Amino acid sequence: MSMKVQTRQVDGVTILDLSGRITLGEGSVTIRDAVRDVLAKGQKKILLNLGDISYIDSSGIGELVSAFTTVKNSGGELKLLNLTKKVHDLLQITKLYTVFDIKDDEATAISAFTK
Amino acid sequence: MADSNSSRISFTLPSSLDSVNKIELTAEQVAQRAGFDEDTIPHVAMAVREAAVNAVLHGNSYDTNKIIKASFETTSDSLIIRISDQGPGLDPDKIPDPLAPENILRGSGRGIFLIKAFMDEVNFRQLHPGTELTLIKHRTPAQPGT
Repeated sequence: MSMKVQTRQVDGVTILDLSGRITLGEGSVTIRDAVRDVLAKGQKKILLNLGDISYIDSSGIGELVSAFTTVKNSGGELKLLNLTKKVHDLLQITKLYTVFDIKDDEATAISAFTK
Repeated sequence: MADSNSSRISFTLPSSLDSVNKIELTAEQVAQRAGFDEDTIPHVAMAVREAAVNAVLHGNSYDTNKIIKASFETTSDSLIIRISDQGPGLDPDKIPDPLAPENILRGSGRGIFLIKAFMDEVNFRQLHPGTELTLIKHRTPAQPGT
């Protein structure tokens, strides 16, 4: 299954609800384009909801890192929400768990963005 | 020597993402038939996918004139997967450590690391041209095989 992205706004934060697989040739480019579109609109508080991501490979992890650095370099903030166990474990193994700001609850995540 | 727990499947495939997906799916099925538990099967499938991606992307550079080979061998004590390409060769000693502070925010370079994390043994062999990766996962006595 390829990846799908739905975008919504809550209290000035752009939430990208991602579902499916983030892999080379599938979700990687989709995430990149989605984040770029959000930044192009001047929206710099981005929350990636990974709750419905069934699978992620090293290319997908790389794409999350690239999204994080792109948003940060643009003066924005990117946080992750609702990691599945598989994604959580991969971020632990690759020592990226402490790089990202990761939340389990949407309201908490939104309030954690700089006002 | 062949026994009731032994089997072997092999493929020769074009350098494409469809081939990567086919190899990943086969790995999942073979690991399941070999009796690995539900936590280990996705790890094996992911390691094999990463090896196949390396072969197609970094080895053969999507060159349609080059092929990749994959074989899956189940023995009484191990699952042995070999993936080879026809690329310029890969020196594992020259792969940057993705956990090093200077590399942690790189957008790539984690594939071989994940393969090593999820498999019991990983070996590289230079084919001149190309590279063959051998990925081994040991079966435990609790895995009877079918």
